[in-house]
Amino acid sequence: MNETKCSQKIQDDFLKEIYKTYKPEKDNLIQILNEVQEHFGYIPKYTQLQLSGFLKMPMAEIFGVITFYSRFTLEPKGKYTISVCLGTACFVKGSQKILDRLKERLKIEPGQTTEDGMFSLDETRCVGACGLAPVFTVNGEVYGKATVQKLDQVLDELENKK
Amino acid sequence: MKTVEEIHKIREEKRKELDLRVNTSADTREKHILVCHGTGCTSSKSPKILENFKKIIKEKNIENVRVIKTGCFGLCAKGPIVIIRPEDTFYAMVNPEDCEEIIQTHIVEGKKVERLLCKDVDGKMVNRLDDLNFYKKQKRIALKNCGIINPENIDEYIAFDGYKAIEKVLKEMSQDEVIKVISDSGLRGRGGAGFPTGKKWELTKIVEGKQKYVVCNADEGDPGAFMDRSILEGDPHCVLEAMAIAGYAIGADKGYIYVRAEYPIAVQRLKIAIEQARNYGLLGKNIFDTDFSFDIEIRLGAGAFVCGEETALLESIEGKRGQPRLKPPFPAQRGLWGKPTLINNVETYANITKIILNGAEWYSAIGTEKSKGTKVFALGGNVNNIGLVEVPMGTTLREIVYDIGGGLPNGRDFKAAQTGGPSGGCIPKEHLDTPIDYESLKEIGSMMGSGGMIIMDDTKCMVNLARFYLEFTVSESCGKCTPCRIGTKRMLEILERLCDGKGTKEDLTKLDKLAHMIAKASVCGLGQCAPNPVISTMKYFKDEFEEHAIDKNCRTSECKAISKITIDPEKCKGCGLCQRSCPVNAIKGEGRDKRIIDQDKCIKCGTCLNNCPFKAIS
Repeated sequence: MNETKCSQKIQDDFLKEIYKTYKPEKDNLIQILNEVQEHFGYIPKYTQLQLSGFLKMPMAEIFGVITFYSRFTLEPKGKYTISVCLGTACFVKGSQKILDRLKERLKIEPGQTTEDGMFSLDETRCVGACGLAPVFTVNGEVYGKATVQKLDQVLDELENKK
Repeated sequence: MKTVEEIHKIREEKRKELDLRVNTSADTREKHILVCHGTGCTSSKSPKILENFKKIIKEKNIENVRVIKTGCFGLCAKGPIVIIRPEDTFYAMVNPEDCEEIIQTHIVEGKKVERLLCKDVDGKMVNRLDDLNFYKKQKRIALKNCGIINPENIDEYIAFDGYKAIEKVLKEMSQDEVIKVISDSGLRGRGGAGFPTGKKWELTKIVEGKQKYVVCNADEGDPGAFMDRSILEGDPHCVLEAMAIAGYAIGADKGYIYVRAEYPIAVQRLKIAIEQARNYGLLGKNIFDTDFSFDIEIRLGAGAFVCGEETALLESIEGKRGQPRLKPPFPAQRGLWGKPTLINNVETYANITKIILNGAEWYSAIGTEKSKGTKVFALGGNVNNIGLVEVPMGTTLREIVYDIGGGLPNGRDFKAAQTGGPSGGCIPKEHLDTPIDYESLKEIGSMMGSGGMIIMDDTKCMVNLARFYLEFTVSESCGKCTPCRIGTKRMLEILERLCDGKGTKEDLTKLDKLAHMIAKASVCGLGQCAPNPVISTMKYFKDEFEEHAIDKNCRTSECKAISKITIDPEKCKGCGLCQRSCPVNAIKGEGRDKRIIDQDKCIKCGTCLNNCPFKAIS
């Protein structure tokens, strides 16, 4: 559910479920935002506004929380989010080469999405699979002992799936 | 809900049933096939292996064999790992297609599948898990159950003395007695700073207050560290039980586990564990028929390193931006929602139940004078046996790197070990024999940290490493205080200049001054420790910094802008390996000639460097 920006109706439907699970208390904000991010792939402005009413807190404060945490994004992600682990173990094993190759092939910088909405590129700090370093993930699935060749193969496959 | 008697009965019966997991001479016809389901092995298809085993066993109608999902065995480099007990056979790097052969040869015919047996670093085939050098020097306390029990089955936890410590505490001990045992054991916080755990409990207990909280810090943000994750994935109940014990000791009835959302498997297993514990009445009201009630909730992080700092973590649980609070007041006085709060890290909790059951003396007999017990390290980087190791405090770095870790791959030389992540420092070769504990690491400019230990060989540039850590700190600084927000940025700029060959000698002085200033003036631990990687690398690898600043040269060729790769004619044997591996044909020479690099053509990719068997290229 993350290809296009979602309509207010879809957001309202989802929020109805949220209102059932969570009490309208401020300390639930991060938990709710995690669910929204998971579901929509980003946190739409309309949802922020609705949550502001539900939790009785200024939208600016919600915006502040969203921009503080790296998991939350304000723009929709691409169909495939590729994250390169830049934890120390991966760094030592050459994850920079993987990231450089991705930047070169996708022609985007970390944090950006390709124009066709296919790929988003992220840097992540340690997914905890240090035994397989260097690693990158595609929509959460971990690819270990990565090499530039292996990455190319994965990218080719994903592009062909288009 | 289970009655106390029912719990006892489960323990007794299950323990007999599972004896073969820990007893190689168990008298049984049954066999248990254990398949690692830690994050590492899961990402290399261990769930498929589990499924295949089950399918084949069903198809072939084989009796007396069970397939079990377990937590991490530790030796992640050899994953996916399959262990067959009671004989303790260790199969490494198993593919889903190998299941058929394992069942046929091992289970049906009773022979070993030799090609899958784990090989030690010296190439020797190892039959049993315990024969591996990797395990010989380890002592497993916090990781005791990891890789032995099914983390999603509470009965298996109960079988191995699970929920026995909380029962003992509730029925036989007063709050002060519990705190005394923990104090006497000498256990110190495993999150990094090493504050005495018993003292922390006592400080929280003596504060007056109707409502108190117990918090578990599972926001393992240190890149390269995965100890806490493995404990949560392999033995989640031990953390829940310890939190309940802490709750009893300080007088709290509510606990929160703050865990990174980046650890989906750990979160899932925690959820299952909490649910099971509630169903058994081991969490909730009137635990073990006493007046004590305790419940636990999970709170997910959202990707912010600073939330590992205890006060920032509290802010985050409250749903706010994770910015640290000023201390004092400490969380023991005013923590979550202003109430007295006890915060410990996952590994600290993982030691508690064992201390309660075995006694303070048992625990304090392990380790060094000031640092008791064991410490789990996530060994990674340029080392053969990447994985999770638990060793008694006081073990030397050399033992960890060479005996347990099996040395460095490709015959490379050890250059430095990094402990403590972005808050720690580098330990050079000359300190390889330092016994590792809280004090000794601090003395040599590093810190225990949460337990990440990254080994680096001689192809790694220390200036670039310092830059890497500062990049991390800059992007993770919360922005609350100026020294950290602006100071680290300035430090990073200097380091970038050095790596690009644009640095000057004055930059080094400036960098040093800035580092000490930030360490003194920052609000929280993140800022205070942020300069550590720079201070320690500058101390031990000063010549490399000077080379970057004055000679504009990087000896490892990692800093591409200034590296110059040359071949030492003394060492070159003319084998031509470098020439064949060079992607741009920049290396000249024929036959047994000594090779020369054409500097105009060279793109400094470093391929030749890694391929030279004589280390003639630098």
